[in-house]
Amino acid sequence: MRRRLWHFHGGLHLEGHKDLSMHEPVAAAPLPARIVLPLAQHIGAPAEPEVKVGEKVRKGQRIARATEYVSAPIHASTSGTVVAIEEQPVPHPSGLSAPCIVIEADGQDEWIERQPVADYENLDPSALRNVIREAGIVGLGGAGFPSFIKLNPGPDKVVDLLILNGAECEPYITCDAMLMQEHPRRIIDGLLIMRHALRAKRCIIAIEDNKKVAHTVLVNALQEHEAEFIEIVQVPTVYPTGGEKQLIKVLTGKEVPSNGLPIDIGMVCHNVATAAAVHDAIAEGTPLIERIVTVTGEALDRPRNLTVRIGTPFSLLLEAGQWRETDTDEVLMGGPMMGFAVPDLDVPVVKTTNCLLARPRSQPHRQPAMPCIRCGQCARVCPAQLLPQQLYWYAHARNFDRIQDYHLFDCIECGCCAYVCPSHIPLVQYYRFAKTEIWAQERQKQKADRARQRHEWHLERLERRKREEEERRRRKKELLKKSKAAGGDAAKKAEIEAALARVKAKKASRQAARANTENLTDAQKQAIAAVEARRQRLQKGGDSGDSQ
Amino acid sequence: MSLPEQTLHSSPHLPPTNSVRRMMILVILALIPGLLAQVHFFGWGVVVNLVLAVATALGAEALMLRLRRRPVLPFLGDGSALLTGLLLGLALPTLSPWWLIVTGAAFALIVAKHLYGGLGYNPFNPAMVGYAMLLVAFPREMTAWQPIGGDSLGFLDQWRYTLTGSLPAGLDYDTLTAATPLDTLRTALGMDLTLNEIFAKYEHLVSPFGGRGWEWVNLWYAVGGVALVALRVISWRIPAAVILTLFLVATLFALPDPDLRPSPWFHLFTGATMLGAFFIATDPVTAATTPRGQLIYGAGIALLIYVIRTWGGYPDAVAFSVLLMNLATPTIDYYTTPRVFGEERR
Repeated sequence: MRRRLWHFHGGLHLEGHKDLSMHEPVAAAPLPARIVLPLAQHIGAPAEPEVKVGEKVRKGQRIARATEYVSAPIHASTSGTVVAIEEQPVPHPSGLSAPCIVIEADGQDEWIERQPVADYENLDPSALRNVIREAGIVGLGGAGFPSFIKLNPGPDKVVDLLILNGAECEPYITCDAMLMQEHPRRIIDGLLIMRHALRAKRCIIAIEDNKKVAHTVLVNALQEHEAEFIEIVQVPTVYPTGGEKQLIKVLTGKEVPSNGLPIDIGMVCHNVATAAAVHDAIAEGTPLIERIVTVTGEALDRPRNLTVRIGTPFSLLLEAGQWRETDTDEVLMGGPMMGFAVPDLDVPVVKTTNCLLARPRSQPHRQPAMPCIRCGQCARVCPAQLLPQQLYWYAHARNFDRIQDYHLFDCIECGCCAYVCPSHIPLVQYYRFAKTEIWAQERQKQKADRARQRHEWHLERLERRKREEEERRRRKKELLKKSKAAGGDAAKKAEIEAALARVKAKKASRQAARANTENLTDAQKQAIAAVEARRQRLQKGGDSGDSQ
Repeated sequence: MSLPEQTLHSSPHLPPTNSVRRMMILVILALIPGLLAQVHFFGWGVVVNLVLAVATALGAEALMLRLRRRPVLPFLGDGSALLTGLLLGLALPTLSPWWLIVTGAAFALIVAKHLYGGLGYNPFNPAMVGYAMLLVAFPREMTAWQPIGGDSLGFLDQWRYTLTGSLPAGLDYDTLTAATPLDTLRTALGMDLTLNEIFAKYEHLVSPFGGRGWEWVNLWYAVGGVALVALRVISWRIPAAVILTLFLVATLFALPDPDLRPSPWFHLFTGATMLGAFFIATDPVTAATTPRGQLIYGAGIALLIYVIRTWGGYPDAVAFSVLLMNLATPTIDYYTTPRVFGEERR
């Protein structure tokens, strides 16, 4: 029976260029001498280092822990010595540096003792999620959201459908296709584990119909299982079918609400590579320390897929792909539609690095931008059904209120609009700019709110202190009254005398301190001595007078 | 390690497949069948109009770009000024004096386009602003159309007439010109003739299927326009809305009153209907852009065309209809914003 499929609005038919990197089976990339592990490779709070410089670590050892709920730990991807915990360049469009743990590999590649979960079906979903969390698994499709959170539907939500996303719709990228071809069982086992964690009713593995081999292999692998609740579905090759919301629409005809999540309509979507990683974590006790990376592009002589340790420098992979350095125009992390050019090629592979794309100099670039002629081609291809030209208009004018009325935050930055724009306007850049500005403004506002709150608390504290002071005074008065009423005159007298004695002692000591009499002439000294004597006399007289 | 002298580009990194220039060139190519038909029926005057209008448009564009300190060559090469010149040239009568053409084209480019901010910013279709200005300022010159099958001028005679106003011996202005089919119809209807009487009396000018010659010109413009729709250079919505609405309105009035109201076919294949529907109303800069908005925009143009043709006093109605709907475009777009993915269906 053929499953009914739906369409999403817009999208593009792009040339795949996938054959380029699919001639060879996936090979292991060379082990680098130095591994650089950024503390923030995921969405959420950066991990916190648990090792010190000079410490020996083993492969798979946790070296940084998750500090908050939305966070993921980092593991050493080979054995060696921690040589630095410092800022290092990380893969980022701006060439940004960020805190990293640097490990010098000892070449032994020695594992820690791994603890597989023998019988996950008898494990409580929350315990299972914890294992997955501790393995540092994040979404490997590109976003890098901690996976255990997406395996936690919450107490009142039912998961009807768990989707494994094997669409891999972006040109040039083939790491998921190769994974499906070579490791179908890991994916299916991972899916079963995820299903257990989510208690999902049905499962779909979705594959674009340009990946026939992967489809066949998975279908055959599935036959070994008795899992009639899993369906493998071929979806039409349209960019961006691999977008979570687009894929759900194609498979079910349902739309994830604007500003909502798939779970809101009873669905969860994970990448196929994430499923394989979940399998490794449960069945082998292996944390996420390596992934498949497509190393491709026309500037390479041997484009292919490599299993790469997280933390491996890009340059090592490019060399493994036999790149023609002088012929390379730029190197992208990710695909040509959503990836970004990397300014520094020594940056490390992170958990979300799915592809390195080396573009040759011969490929033309976009021409300079011309004015928008409102042709509407962008709206025609927008898979989120937005009005890109309107968004552009308001981003350009920095009208950040209006731009949100036009649903800026539903933009998935797929790049379809910019691709078809006849005026070659870098539209997605404008949207990213607007989003960043709005986030910054919101943070500013939060800060201001917090400051105001602090000020209010401060006032309240002052008020409370005043109240307490009054209360204290009132109580003391009462106490005094009470003791007076009790008629303790003698006690009172003793108290007063003690106080006077204290004052006298203080005065004496102050005078001693004041007598700074060096560097004085003899005449002066004599005059001072006379004054002191007089004062003493007077005081004595006064004292005796008082005490009577 | 980093690549030498690297300039970073933003995504998407695939080479572009589309450009303003490509779109404009496709539009111009699609104009050619109708343009050739117009030359065939109305003579060299069309060619002279086009040459003068295009030359003036390009000159004015270059001048304004220079004055506005914009790069001249990329903008001149985008084809938009060329297209404006062509559209205006096609709309002008074949016996126009040179200054009429030059004034119209210069006004279109300088005032209607550049003074409003240039490509992408002009709220009104420049060619139509030029045309409307000429119609208001020089009504007599704007009716100097030749009938088909009448005397016509040779290529050089046409040039001489346009540039100097002198006609070859034996020809005079009044025998060369004739009212346009739409004017003929309006005048005759005003004299209480029925349509059948008009079609009999002015057989050389009008037929039940449109103005003589104009029906073919319109047909060829429609052919070019359909090609543009097929190539997805223009959206189908605007031309479809114009044609369907005009057809419906004309039918609505013609059915009870077939003696006095021309058939919908007449409206579709007379004057600038098809040129307007496929090439003028679809100017992306000035048209509505939302899907529903485009339908409303096209329907509005068609209604206005019918109203102005039937009850108005101008030779054709396309220019004014388009300009009036240009005015409504921002409002239409605002109220027809489409549903966003995942939003509740309205």
